[in-house]
Amino acid sequence: MDPIKESLLKTSRKAKQEKFGKLVTFLCILLIMVMVVAIILFVSLKGMATFVVNHVSPFDFFFGVNWNPSAKPPQVGALPMFLGSFIVTILAALIATPFAIGAATFMTEIAPRTGKKILQPVMELLVGIPSVVYGFVGLAVFVPITRHLFGGSGFGIFTATLVLFLMVLPTITSMTTDALNSVPRNYRESSLALGATQFQTIYKVVWRAATPGIMTAVVFGMSRAFGEALAVQMVIGNAALMPTSLTSPAATLTSILTMGIGNSVSGTLENNAIWSLALLLLLMSLVFNSLVRWIGKRSSLK
Amino acid sequence: MNYKYSKTRRTQLIDRLAYKVFYVIAILIVLILAALLIYILVTGLPHISWHFLTGKSKPFQAGGGIGIQLFNSFYLLILTMLISVPISLGAGIWLSEYAKKNRLTNLIRTTIEILSSLPSVVVGLFGFILFVLQFHLGFSLLSGALALTIFSLPLLTTNVENALQTVHFTQREAGLALGLSRIETVLKIVVPAALPNIVTGMILAAGRVFGEAAALIYTAGQSAPAINFSNWNIFDLSSFLSPFRPAETLAVHIWKVNSEGLIPDASSVSAGASAVLIIAVLLFNFIARYLSNRIYQHMTGVKS
Repeated sequence: MDPIKESLLKTSRKAKQEKFGKLVTFLCILLIMVMVVAIILFVSLKGMATFVVNHVSPFDFFFGVNWNPSAKPPQVGALPMFLGSFIVTILAALIATPFAIGAATFMTEIAPRTGKKILQPVMELLVGIPSVVYGFVGLAVFVPITRHLFGGSGFGIFTATLVLFLMVLPTITSMTTDALNSVPRNYRESSLALGATQFQTIYKVVWRAATPGIMTAVVFGMSRAFGEALAVQMVIGNAALMPTSLTSPAATLTSILTMGIGNSVSGTLENNAIWSLALLLLLMSLVFNSLVRWIGKRSSLK
Repeated sequence: MNYKYSKTRRTQLIDRLAYKVFYVIAILIVLILAALLIYILVTGLPHISWHFLTGKSKPFQAGGGIGIQLFNSFYLLILTMLISVPISLGAGIWLSEYAKKNRLTNLIRTTIEILSSLPSVVVGLFGFILFVLQFHLGFSLLSGALALTIFSLPLLTTNVENALQTVHFTQREAGLALGLSRIETVLKIVVPAALPNIVTGMILAAGRVFGEAAALIYTAGQSAPAINFSNWNIFDLSSFLSPFRPAETLAVHIWKVNSEGLIPDASSVSAGASAVLIIAVLLFNFIARYLSNRIYQHMTGVKS
């Protein structure tokens, strides 16, 4: 066979190369997928042990108000931590959202140049500050201030909220900025042409058009806050009690998790119960995720 | 007429007031960050000395340093990047160049989103059961690096994908027209063109990895045994290069010192360590900015 014909019939070197490249890159993707599945599987398996092996009823777990898995009989009510996580998350989001929307509006509508030059780097730095540093600042500054203002130990939901506010502010702001930026320019121009002032344009047109985006940003920030561990653990006081006031020590899912895994023996109910908390955290993160998707889907239908 | 006039006037007043409110919010946020940075640096810098930066930490007495922790942080960062950069490059290339618009791609994107929103404690706990217990790696740098890889992969992959997407499709067409295979086009034309963005994203991700602690407390461990800087045998546990030794990082150290409170000078040690951490993160940020500007100028000839 002549060499030209032969080379035409065989797979070329380039085609092989191409196949190889495609395979290798896909393997990388596959690895990530396997990891995610493994994480969900492992944590679920470990977390289900409380219910399957130790026969704790899920009702007691979700609605029990006492957490003392090492006591006899063990009490594994996760409600205090769940509520703790929820309250700090919601409060932090409530405080951060107006600031975030304000800052984002400033960056996109009021003073885009100064905003880009000053506020954006500020936000990037705030994101970059490690969470333990926030925890340390909370411990060194917010705890004494809270103690001074409201009495008590200074540890508690209020302090944790302040720390989380700082931590989720940049997340919500940058996503809100993107949302505002994606509002078409002609919306603003039409509104201004109708005689609306700039602020009327902002809150009647721009904000309204960007609402799904802003909501996504807030949910995203909440999911960050819900999963934040060390900074919260350092300032919340870690008392697994039903939260009664904003300034008394409380606990979150993450704070009990970080403390608990190292202090319990694998296979015991105490350890299993902590894994159930991890599972609960994982599920909540999935819930936040689907919420983001749901908002995205609903807004794209319009 | 009069009524109309007053209404216009009111909206104008509101407009001006709102304007001011936005300014106040922006200034407030800048002030908060400034206060935060100044507080950390002012309380931390006085504690930083050569002795503090290189000395050994003490478990119970005052006057310990952060030498080993600082080294561990950098070494762990390098190990993590060594593992995660190639994987994220591959994954990013697949997503940007090969992914078709179908169910599978959607599923993959969802999975990556899920991974990126997982709390880092959960990643740490997963690392604890899989790497520390199942793979018998124990509390070690390697377990920590693997956990941090999981933590950083979604970040890096999305960054690579976005960077590749900014390269114009004509560049790819040109490559293909020259008879290059697709993968060659990607590796030799698209990736180099996207390199500034990729590098910037990676440095920013490195900053995140450097400060991460929650994923590490149960993977890289919370102890920093003495290491020997003249021992180059990486399989020897006392060697500074050994990836199998437990390694408390700077961020973990700050957390541990504060939450256990065993040393009397916990607040000054953590203030100093926080300042070091912040300075490192600031450096990462500035390097990323500088590099992206430089490469941008180099490639476009435009001064930004």
